[in-house]
Amino acid sequence: MKDDVKIRIRNLTKVFYQKGESITALDNVTLDIMDGEFVCLVGPSGCGKTTLLRILADLEQPSAGGYEIAREKEDRPLQSMVFQERGVIPWLTVRDNVAFGLEMRKFPKKTVKERTDYYLEKTGLLAFADRFPKELSGGMKQRVGIARAFANDPEILLMDEPFAALDEQNKFILQEELLQIWAETRKTVLFITHSIDEALLLSDRILLMSAQPGRISEEIRVAAPRPRTMEAIRADPGVAEQFVRVLKHLQDEVQRSRG
Amino acid sequence: MASDHNPVAVERAEWKKRQLKERMKQLLTVSSPIFMLLLWEMLSRTAVLDPRFFPPPTAILETFWNLAASGELLTHVGVSLYRIFGGFLLGVIPGVVIGLLMGLYSPIRHFVQPIIMALMPIPTLALLPIIIILFGIGDLSKVVTIAGSVFFPVVINTAAGVMNIDPIHMDLAKNYGADSKNYFLKIAFPGALPVMLEGIQMGQAIALLTIVAAEMMGSVSGIGFLIWTSYKAFLLKEMYVGLILISFFGYLFSLLLRGLQRKILRWR
Repeated sequence: MKDDVKIRIRNLTKVFYQKGESITALDNVTLDIMDGEFVCLVGPSGCGKTTLLRILADLEQPSAGGYEIAREKEDRPLQSMVFQERGVIPWLTVRDNVAFGLEMRKFPKKTVKERTDYYLEKTGLLAFADRFPKELSGGMKQRVGIARAFANDPEILLMDEPFAALDEQNKFILQEELLQIWAETRKTVLFITHSIDEALLLSDRILLMSAQPGRISEEIRVAAPRPRTMEAIRADPGVAEQFVRVLKHLQDEVQRSRG
Repeated sequence: MASDHNPVAVERAEWKKRQLKERMKQLLTVSSPIFMLLLWEMLSRTAVLDPRFFPPPTAILETFWNLAASGELLTHVGVSLYRIFGGFLLGVIPGVVIGLLMGLYSPIRHFVQPIIMALMPIPTLALLPIIIILFGIGDLSKVVTIAGSVFFPVVINTAAGVMNIDPIHMDLAKNYGADSKNYFLKIAFPGALPVMLEGIQMGQAIALLTIVAAEMMGSVSGIGFLIWTSYKAFLLKEMYVGLILISFFGYLFSLLLRGLQRKILRWR
């Protein structure tokens, strides 16, 4: 990990206003994420974590404050998002889905094919390249989303609960696959999840968010050595302690929001 | 309780029963029109149904051959098909274009929607006298009448098709930097296609309903003309030939469009 700041977020505030009522989804969030860092955002529903991700993805504009993503290469997109399962476009084949970002950036055909093939291979999708997503299982669809984001070679990756809809077994497999692909590129990742296990397995740092107003209330460093596997993480007593800490935070948050 | 039968054999017997049931259903589907025709033939021949109003199907078939042999039928069918295709295209193309514009640009939608909503309930056939004044009694007035009827289901379904695209696909297009041309070609148009094609299918059915009525007024040829003049001259066998032709073409076009739909929407 290099010691440069990759994502610099300063006093980021987002207010949703409707009919005289306003909700502060993000309240003055200031945050640095380092180059090559894998960061998970964990918090109860409605705590603003999706809003933060959408602002970084340029799908939502901040009400105040701002952010900066450090650019390393001129021709790279700043960010690419891995969406939830519905994000796979049903009328494009697996190959066209993975090539989507490269096609949009109008790369020459040869480059598109090379890079697409590389990530199709990496994610085990090569045999399914010409199929439509309806023929794929949930896990395979999510591999399409991951391959698409990595093939686009962005400065940072944003992931919006990509594994939320998968069953436990598939989730473990995909999490470890993601770690392998990530280890190759060491891209900076901001990953949203509800799952404490997932956050502990994947991240260097977990940011705990609290709701209304949305703030980052605590951060936890996960020191477990990489490469990681689910078994090793489960067996690590330090991680077990952190699990309880995150759990407690989330339960307090849910209690608080119930009033 | 527990039987000592081979479990696979038990299930195979069950499966065979299910297969037999399926085949029975297929047989029912095929036999129902034949059954109806036979029943009609019998009731008509025994004069239970008045054969003046309901001539037996075999007699209608004979009339069909005579009309076909004289070449008269071909003229009527040709004229009607030409009008149906012309009117269909003249309704579908603007319907798709305006529908896409409505779906893509909300100011256009808000401006055009009330006009469409207000015009839609007016049956195009009620405007036929005006259409004839404007476009004459030739092909053009029929083409315009059909186009006017076909346009509405197509425009509404096309706009709905674009608007029903999952917002996550729009986010994805934006996040991966699609320009407006690519957004249209890769997301909006293919995403709207399923609902759009349903509208076109509806439009096709409406085109056939409309042609018959349109040709009854101010016309000297076409299937509708054949039906109407035969009816007025009490040539009911000839009239039934016309009705059966409409039914046949309706069924044929439906099948063709369904086939096309399956081909285009392989991803579904």
